[in-house]
Amino acid sequence: MTRRDEWMRAARAAFPHTLPVLTGFAFLGIAYGILMRAQGQGLALTACMSAIVFAGSMQYLAAPLFALGFAPLSAFLLTLMVNARHLFYGISMLDRLRGTGKWKNLLIFLMCDETFSLLLNAQPPRGVDRTRFMVCIAVMDYLYWVLASVAGSLLGAVLTLNVEGIDFVLTALFLVIFLNQWHGCAGRWPAAAGVLCSLLCLAAVGAEQFMLPAMAAILATLLIWQALRTRREAAQ
Amino acid sequence: MNGMEKAMTVAVIAAATVLTRFLPFWIFPQGRRRPAWLTRLSESLPYAVIGLLVVYCLRGVDLTAPPYGLPEGIAVAVVALLHAWRHNTLLSIGGGTLAYMLLVQTVF
Repeated sequence: MTRRDEWMRAARAAFPHTLPVLTGFAFLGIAYGILMRAQGQGLALTACMSAIVFAGSMQYLAAPLFALGFAPLSAFLLTLMVNARHLFYGISMLDRLRGTGKWKNLLIFLMCDETFSLLLNAQPPRGVDRTRFMVCIAVMDYLYWVLASVAGSLLGAVLTLNVEGIDFVLTALFLVIFLNQWHGCAGRWPAAAGVLCSLLCLAAVGAEQFMLPAMAAILATLLIWQALRTRREAAQ
Repeated sequence: MNGMEKAMTVAVIAAATVLTRFLPFWIFPQGRRRPAWLTRLSESLPYAVIGLLVVYCLRGVDLTAPPYGLPEGIAVAVVALLHAWRHNTLLSIGGGTLAYMLLVQTVF
């Protein structure tokens, strides 16, 4: 089998996994392009943001910044805060990206929420190379996002189709992954801890600011849980 | 902002994003022994993060004002029920999303 055949096989195996992301990104990407238009920003800036930054929620947050004064430091700090969850993705992926060789840096660069959640759980079918499978998923998701934001920028305000609520597709995607993990039993405790810590922090500080405290609470809970388990195992 | 300032802002946002994505791999390079707590953490954290992401997606839901989070609650239930019934990822996601779109466009 030639290298090209192997890539084709990986792409065919990867594509069905990316369908929910395709739907979600088609909508969110187009909406991003339209939003940037509404803020007075053209195609070049929209395309650059999607292609170089590739972080949806940060791009939405940054959309109004370009109409304001030049403030690189606050843009830098805002990005660090909004994207701090990537640190979690990295830690979770340390071992899973082992053996991906020259593709590792590309996979890390393309690790958005959706790609992370797919790579975490999707298994390649037998006979399909795992690295190629992961690269195909990541690159497909990336292309969906870039192309959709370009399309949105071009469409501007012309879109008349009522697609209100289609963004729920991403919620449903994460929910299904959550349910699959729950079904697997192994991670019920941390999964429940993740939801509870997030809900508590959301209730305490509100939707705008709950991410950082929630991440701190999750870290603390998991580390304490680990320490207790280690001690119990040592005592036995 | 002028064109140059916009380009620099994109670069700054990109640099910060890259930093958050690569930092764990720089701090804990392959091959070097990692502390045991980190290995354990990297096993349990993925489960917790998906829980965080679900809450993150639903963070804008307001339970105190109409429609009291009903569309989201019903759609989440549809996803859960479909998934318990068929265990088919695309069916659960598609069904839940269609239900949510119908609810926000026609009912609420």
